[in-house]
Amino acid sequence: MCGTCGCDSGAGEVEHSHTVTLEQDVLAKNDGLAGRNRDWLAHHGLFAVNLMSSPGAGKTTLLERTITELGGPVAVIEGDQETVLDADRIKATGAAVTQVNTGAGCHLDASMVARALDTLHPAAGTTVFIENVGNLVCPALFDLGEHTRAVVASVTEGADKPLKYPHMFTTADVVLLNKIDLLSYVDFELAAFERDVHVVNPAARVLPLSATRGDGLADWYSWLSASRPRQPVPG
Amino acid sequence: MHELSITRSVVETILERTGETKVLDVSLEIGKLSGVVADSVRFCFELVCAGTPLEGAALHISEPGGRAHCRTCGEEFTMDDLIPLCPCGSADIEMLTGRELRITSVEVV
Repeated sequence: MCGTCGCDSGAGEVEHSHTVTLEQDVLAKNDGLAGRNRDWLAHHGLFAVNLMSSPGAGKTTLLERTITELGGPVAVIEGDQETVLDADRIKATGAAVTQVNTGAGCHLDASMVARALDTLHPAAGTTVFIENVGNLVCPALFDLGEHTRAVVASVTEGADKPLKYPHMFTTADVVLLNKIDLLSYVDFELAAFERDVHVVNPAARVLPLSATRGDGLADWYSWLSASRPRQPVPG
Repeated sequence: MHELSITRSVVETILERTGETKVLDVSLEIGKLSGVVADSVRFCFELVCAGTPLEGAALHISEPGGRAHCRTCGEEFTMDDLIPLCPCGSADIEMLTGRELRITSVEVV
């Protein structure tokens, strides 16, 4: 008799192949862990923002300024392939920070964020910024358990990015257009950029700003404040 | 190259179900608008399977195209990209196919 399915092939102990139906989502494991992160964050009264962009768009500069000006406790999970350079910059602001080096990995996933949250263990009321690996492609697919997704683009990258990288812009709750202090030096049509963000994602807010000069940051802080979930009763 | 970690997830998920049983054949569904490149998964698959009960397994990938339903005009239409726009002009659409990222079945000994 077949040892796998019990059929009687009449040829004694034989093996034959059979099909196992799985119908399982490939990202189910990550999505499950992200759901646990989301529950953990809610239980501990935390607000988490997943900050994504291409390398050099200005995520860390924006965070340095945001930490200083936002008020209230902030913790940062820094994702980079290598080095602790960004974590050192955040540490200098006084915020709690932990660096995740992904090595060859091109994005953060929910298990990395779970470990980082465990290390940071932020106090209730803390805003947790997750600075993803600089990459406009891969991080879009991986839910980390965040409450909201902010994509940073900069005028020096060109206005065509929303249509070229639609997966990233499709998942954004807010698009922060950084480096607008350089608009007079580059060929960048702000109206075309906003139009194309809304072509791929009609619901996304676009906030033009300059993390170095300060333009538009008040709108970013207001947006953060409005996106923060109501403080649950810890229990 | 998130396809490497995607392929690792595929193999880990299968191993959780099949254990030490030899796997001969793997069937996946990777939608054309899923953000995952089927060719890159094919490239990574052999590498990730090495040394596991999946080593040498054949890989079959079906790639459903994008289809969506328009909530405004009620029609179904083809989506060649991620831009949510019905030919009637509405962006209020629901994607039906094209974003699949699923292990459909495996063949084991």
